[in-house]
This record gives sequence, structure tokens and C-alpha cells, in this order.
Amino acid sequence: MSTAAVASLSIVVGVLAAVAFGPDLLALARRRRPRRTHRPALTALPDPGRELRAERRAEQLLLSVLGQADYEAYRALGFLHAYGRAEQGREPSYGYLIYPHKPIVSYDVDSGELLNEHCVSFPDRSDPGDEFGERLPDADDVLAKWMALRGDERGLIRAANMHLPGRQLDPGHVRRDLIRMSEWTGRSLPASHGHADVA
Amino acid sequence: MKPGHGDLTLAEGDPELAEDEALLIETFRRQLDEGMWAAVPTVESGGKREATMVRDFSEVPRDAERVIFFPPAAGG
Repeated sequence: MSTAAVASLSIVVGVLAAVAFGPDLLALARRRRPRRTHRPALTALPDPGRELRAERRAEQLLLSVLGQADYEAYRALGFLHAYGRAEQGREPSYGYLIYPHKPIVSYDVDSGELLNEHCVSFPDRSDPGDEFGERLPDADDVLAKWMALRGDERGLIRAANMHLPGRQLDPGHVRRDLIRMSEWTGRSLPASHGHADVA
Repeated sequence: MKPGHGDLTLAEGDPELAEDEALLIETFRRQLDEGMWAAVPTVESGGKREATMVRDFSEVPRDAERVIFFPPAAGG
């Protein structure tokens, strides 16, 4: 049999096979193809400007509550400071560094020794379906912590989870923050006169 | 304070006016009923800034400029 005849026969067999088994093979392929059962989810893109606007509003509120000197300290240092309650007529023996969305760190005023990390947050429980309802802007978070510490120190500390220093924040970093705060206060003492909480 | 939004003004008024006071009291109670904490920022005579937590409208000083509501603290 010549090569041409073999080729022609192969084509004829191939065509016949396609006619004979084609529909079955096609049906099999369709069955094996994974079906798309769900439409792609339509995801709402967050508005990046909304978060920025919220942060700016929060910073204005912080400024109006704390005053210019403490607000500038927060902007420069990235945290707030508050002293703990002192007994009548005595200087406070401990203070707090208040970081946005990080633990509050208590420290000994005399020695600078770090005492504890107080992990606390202000979760929004009012609207669980609100995708932006998870956390306060940074400036609101530190202001809420500051107000709660000043207004009800024991209540806030009771609500917080207390850990030894170093659980979430690097103790070396916090110690450097204490030094930075001291340096800042030294530079801005005239401006912060009367605002004892900027140590 | 509202997470994701910053602060929103809920109500304004002069507590010396009965109608305004009723509105302020209603707003105050609604916020506390929703579990919010309330604080009144103050400025002491030396200029030192302080804050007082309040749990009833009667605890709000009559000369307070504002009451700030924020979500209650929880262990983080």
C-alpha cells in the first residue's frame, strides 16, 4: 500500500471516528469542565480619602481637647503622655505612654523602668456590617485612651489586658521614646508651660 | 467619635433652654444606652487639660462645652 493510500485511509478513519465518537467525547469534556457556580463577588473598593478625612477630623478634635503644645508633641513624637494619679500633695510616681492602636505602656517616673503593657482597644460594636467600622482614627484612639486614663484610670486599666513590657512593643524603642519625650519637653518648655502632662 | 469617620456632632443646644436641654438629655441617654462612654474635656485654672468621665447627664458640668462619646474600652 502506498504512502498516499495510508494517509487517505487515516484521514477517512479519523473523520469517521470524529463522526462516531465526537458527540460522546464532547459531552464527556463538558461534564469534566468545572462549572462556575458563583458569580464573581462585586467588591466595594474602600475610599482612601475617607480614612484621611477621618484622621484629619480626629486630629482637630485632639488639638481642641489637648491644646496646641500637647498636640504638637503628639505630632512630633507619635504618642501622648499622661501621668498616673498621685496621692494628695505628692508627685506622680508613674506615667503612661499612649500609642495609637498599640498598648499603653506604664513606666516608673524616677527610674524610667518600664512597668507594664496595657492592651486596650475601642471596637465599634454598633454596626458590624460597616466595613469602615473597625477602628477609630489614630488621633481618636489616643484621645479616647487619654480621656479614659484621666477620667477613670482604674476603669481603663481594669478593662485592659496587662502584660509585661516587650509583648507587643520593643522595650528599647519605648525607652528611646521616653528620651525623645524628655528632649522634646526640654525644647518646648516655654510653650508647654502649664501643661504638666507633657513630661 | 465614630470608628472610620472621626467625630460627628450629634446634638447642639443651650442646656439653660428647656427644649434644648431635653434634646441634649435624650441624645446623651441614647448614646449611653448604646454602650458608649462619655467624657467631658476640661481646662483647669493653670491651663492643664483634664477629662472627666460621666455616666449621667446630671454629672455634666453646666458650663461644659461638649461631651465626647466613644466606644467602650475592651482588652486588646
